[in-house]
Amino acid sequence: MKTFDYVRPTSITAAVAAAAEPGSAYLAAGTNLLDLMKGGISRPDRLVDVTRLPGLDGIEPLPDGGIRIGALVRNADLAHDPEFARAYPAVAEALLSGASAQLRNAATVGGNLLQRTRCGYFYDVASACNKREPGAGCDARNGENRLHAVLGWSESCIATHPSDFCVPLVALDAVVEVEGAGGRRDIPVEALHRLPGTTPEQESALQPGDLIVALRLPAEAAAFSAHSRYLKVRERTSYAFAVVSAAAALRIEGGTIRTARLALGGVAAKPWRARSAEDLLAGARPDEAVFRRAAETALADARPSGDNAFKIELARRILVRALTVAAAGTPERVPALPASPFSFGPGARHDV
Amino acid sequence: MNFAISLTVNGVRHDVELESPRVTLLDLLRERLDLTGTKKGCDRGQCGACTVLVDGRRINSCLALAVSHDGADVLTIEGVARGDQLHPVQAAFIAHDGFQCGFCTPGQIMSAIGLIQEGQAGDDPERIREGMSGNLCRCAAYSGITEAVLEAQKKLAETGRRDAA
Repeated sequence: MKTFDYVRPTSITAAVAAAAEPGSAYLAAGTNLLDLMKGGISRPDRLVDVTRLPGLDGIEPLPDGGIRIGALVRNADLAHDPEFARAYPAVAEALLSGASAQLRNAATVGGNLLQRTRCGYFYDVASACNKREPGAGCDARNGENRLHAVLGWSESCIATHPSDFCVPLVALDAVVEVEGAGGRRDIPVEALHRLPGTTPEQESALQPGDLIVALRLPAEAAAFSAHSRYLKVRERTSYAFAVVSAAAALRIEGGTIRTARLALGGVAAKPWRARSAEDLLAGARPDEAVFRRAAETALADARPSGDNAFKIELARRILVRALTVAAAGTPERVPALPASPFSFGPGARHDV
Repeated sequence: MNFAISLTVNGVRHDVELESPRVTLLDLLRERLDLTGTKKGCDRGQCGACTVLVDGRRINSCLALAVSHDGADVLTIEGVARGDQLHPVQAAFIAHDGFQCGFCTPGQIMSAIGLIQEGQAGDDPERIREGMSGNLCRCAAYSGITEAVLEAQKKLAETGRRDAA
């Protein structure tokens, strides 16, 4: 690991000023950043430790019925907060399907939102990667790319965003509060992450020094709590990133879908909201035929970026399955294997 | 630049001068405090061999900067037994053959102690397997590990009930 300076400011204003200096990076838990630094992928000159900043570790209900989550709330604490899990069950399930218990105990809300892609070529400093080194080329393009993007990718970059948490957040119109040199502003999570285009090194809407201080979910997001699921296909049963994942949230009244929210994970450089599919579902009766039509619509623009054409049909099927289990109703408790396609129903095998 | 930090490890306070902020909590435990029970496996947060409890929560000590944990209360494998009396999780790992080579075992045991304290898995083997998925075992002693955690969980629940009564 390259050497670096370490500062631990005591106020948000001081942190923003320190992090605006070139070569600076924020340190929260460090579960992704230290890994990147050990591999030489990230080489900051200065770490600005935000873990002691006051007022960023609370979960508070808002007067308008929404909820505000401090950026330093740990992933495990949010997922196990009983009121949060009751109101936003798909978010809790997504959190619990990510990483390991040790990492969830450490990783923060803000850090999860800003974690970097797990593309193997991004992590291998001997490979060409436009995201790591602009203009270097992309070895993933003709490499081992069966897990790469099928939506929104470019010739410059075919990496995917790895977060589970962000997928239901995008579906539920979550917003981040950002403190920067010009004061505080809101950014919808959907607009936080960028598609690669010709500048894959620009991954988010944040400017140097910008600090995510909180995440908000609007009051409407809780209206889906009776029919909300997250479903995630992995190459192992647990502790693996998504091949494809989906968040599905429905408001069903009198046997008819009033509103639907859908987003896909593991398919693009950002969590992928499927608005056309949501529109198609509104007013429909929940059945497999309409779910399949919604899935076709959601993946209409998908195309393989390599050996990954299978992910397009897999994404359609995961959407149909996620909608099916969401329509069946949110379970009383997050399943033993959160978001797993193998944990539904009695008699689920233990050896898969 | 030097960084002075203070940690409580297994109930003992340590004041440590770090020559560099790069030192991980894992390296501090092993290299500075000679507590080599905590193992360095992958050193990248993937294997769980370095699991310790920090302020009562299990984390990967390889992905924690020591300087950022100034003031923390750390529990390692060296601190779980009471003299010659093994911790119930340690005893259960022996009783159920929850290991073969033993390299991952300190991390497995610390992770199991954390899992039981979190109270989310109860006596459901599927929840225990899921909750222990951040600890790899190359000898694949997984079925023994699950049995050990189940038994230790039961023993600790009984002790808790007795203590409460």
